[in-house]
Amino acid sequence: MKRVYVNEEWCLGCHLCEYNCAFANSGESDMVKALKGKPIRPRIRVEGDDRITYAVSCRHCLDPLCIRSCISGAIHREDGVVCIDREKCVGCLTCVLVCPYGAVQPGPDGAAMKCELCLHNAAGEPACAAGCPNRAIVYEEREEGQA
Amino acid sequence: MPGIDYFYPEFEVVRRDERCIRCRVCERQCANEVHRYDAERDMLISDEAKCVNCQRCVSLCPTRALKIVRSDCRLRENANWDGDTIREVYKQAASGGVLLSSMGNPKPLPVYWDKLLINASQVTNPSIDPLREPMETKVFLGKKPDRMTRDAEGRLKTDLTPQLELSMPVMFSAMSYGSISYNAHASLARAATEMGVCYNTGEGGLHEDFYRYGPHTIVQVASGRFGVHEDYLEAGAAIEIKMGQGAKPGIGGHLPGAKVGPDVSRTRMIPEGSDAISPAPHHDIYSIEDLRQLVWSLKEATGHRKPVIVKVAAVHNIAAIASGIARSGADIIAIDGFRGGTGAAPTRIRDHVGIPIELALSSVDQRLRDEGIRNNVSLVVGGSIRSSADVVKAVALGADACYIATAAVLALGCHLCRTCQSGKCNWGIATQRPDLTKRLNPEIGSQRLVNLLTAWKREIMELMGGMGINSIEALRGNRLMLRGVGLNETELRILGISHAGE
Repeated sequence: MKRVYVNEEWCLGCHLCEYNCAFANSGESDMVKALKGKPIRPRIRVEGDDRITYAVSCRHCLDPLCIRSCISGAIHREDGVVCIDREKCVGCLTCVLVCPYGAVQPGPDGAAMKCELCLHNAAGEPACAAGCPNRAIVYEEREEGQA
Repeated sequence: MPGIDYFYPEFEVVRRDERCIRCRVCERQCANEVHRYDAERDMLISDEAKCVNCQRCVSLCPTRALKIVRSDCRLRENANWDGDTIREVYKQAASGGVLLSSMGNPKPLPVYWDKLLINASQVTNPSIDPLREPMETKVFLGKKPDRMTRDAEGRLKTDLTPQLELSMPVMFSAMSYGSISYNAHASLARAATEMGVCYNTGEGGLHEDFYRYGPHTIVQVASGRFGVHEDYLEAGAAIEIKMGQGAKPGIGGHLPGAKVGPDVSRTRMIPEGSDAISPAPHHDIYSIEDLRQLVWSLKEATGHRKPVIVKVAAVHNIAAIASGIARSGADIIAIDGFRGGTGAAPTRIRDHVGIPIELALSSVDQRLRDEGIRNNVSLVVGGSIRSSADVVKAVALGADACYIATAAVLALGCHLCRTCQSGKCNWGIATQRPDLTKRLNPEIGSQRLVNLLTAWKREIMELMGGMGINSIEALRGNRLMLRGVGLNETELRILGISHAGE
């Protein structure tokens, strides 16, 4: 299965992935309209310090703790992609607590949200990878279990 | 020096605030620290005095909120005293120093490539469609035999002196590790290997990671002899002795100690933090005979298995100089025109010394033919080959291949801001700062170079096909394929071509 991988050697810490993510999930067709003057809620976050930076988003684990811990059955897998049915989510945020990558966040409406590889939005494929200026974020197939 | 600042910034940063989403990518990406986020006012502000117009921020701004424009605040210029000239006087009055610049000569001197037009077949001799018929762009650089010879049994003798095989008549010219980054070198090395051409180490030695690209590497021996040792010479496909550089004929080079970090230090075999100074002359070469000694020393050192290139800048007596080099035992002569690029050169030298490569090439090719020694050497020309059309014109004027460097760094993202000497290249090319060099991912860089060469190769084939020529060998020195426009009798005579319409 294709996943989002990060080559921290090439991450510039420019944070464009965060803005591309927020835009892709905004439902808007214009980035300015989607993001100007608003706090952004990206599902990918650039972490690091002044020496090294890297972007972190959902790993789409083979045995995801978030699915195991979900009390309402909202988190499920679709062809390997870990997704949240936001109608079913009761907002208990257990998933936020258990995710070892910190890749699940509470959404503005209370339901949890996370990277779903842009498969359900207009971008069609991960906007973070498509917009990364240095190919630090890639969307590709690697052997299962490889980071 | 205290006092009045005479300079109004050359560029203005135009930010359309209605588009700015405060992502601050401009601020994070500018090594010159032009952009700054003011949290109190929640807006980005800019100090345009620091802007060099490299367009990194423009290219990365996700909402196209930014553009850089030339300031329209003009000095009181006139036809004699233009703005740049006045500013240079101000600069020197303030600093007392020699002016430094980078990249090639920007002056409006004639670009002869643009005054040469290429022929095409009509009616009588058929043109060739490169998509349907074979088309050969491969070249071999090195000494060629004057005639075919056969052994006692009548078999053709094929033992040639060493040749450099290129899939197309284009190579990446010398840019040292030090002047450009590790990742820029990695991009050039990978692209040259993939395309079956060569790149050139420049005089900074060869980083240990790049020995594996040796078969596509030209190793340079310059006046500083930085990084030259036996394994280095053995690693390359050819050895280049650099006598001169088009951007700064007659002078040496100076890599500031600040750029000599651990890796550069190891590769150049000099102490960390020390200035790397290349003398203006080779201190052991004061005549063609001395040059001959170095050529033969290098050949002996490598068992006569590698062609030796001698690179010179195009200067006034270039034809006589080339004739001497052709008799020195060199296999290839590389001539660098006055528009060639550089990481740093004194402005006056860059802008006022040397001659155009087009004139140098045609006079050298003619001289070597007249003297019957054209087959002794191959000719490689550089110094602003900007497109495949320039390559075709150069080959028709007599070149065996071309060197490109400015076009190559443009492909890597260079925006010709001409401030390489600052060491703060925002595109990760002309810098050694780790946070900046990582901006050039060689995976992307090499692909862009491969794309550029692939495109040029296709265009060269199209142009050749149009002339009814199916082999680059048949185009070489075929000056009948060129006509001049707007050139005077002397220029036409030196170029060895007729005027358009003749």
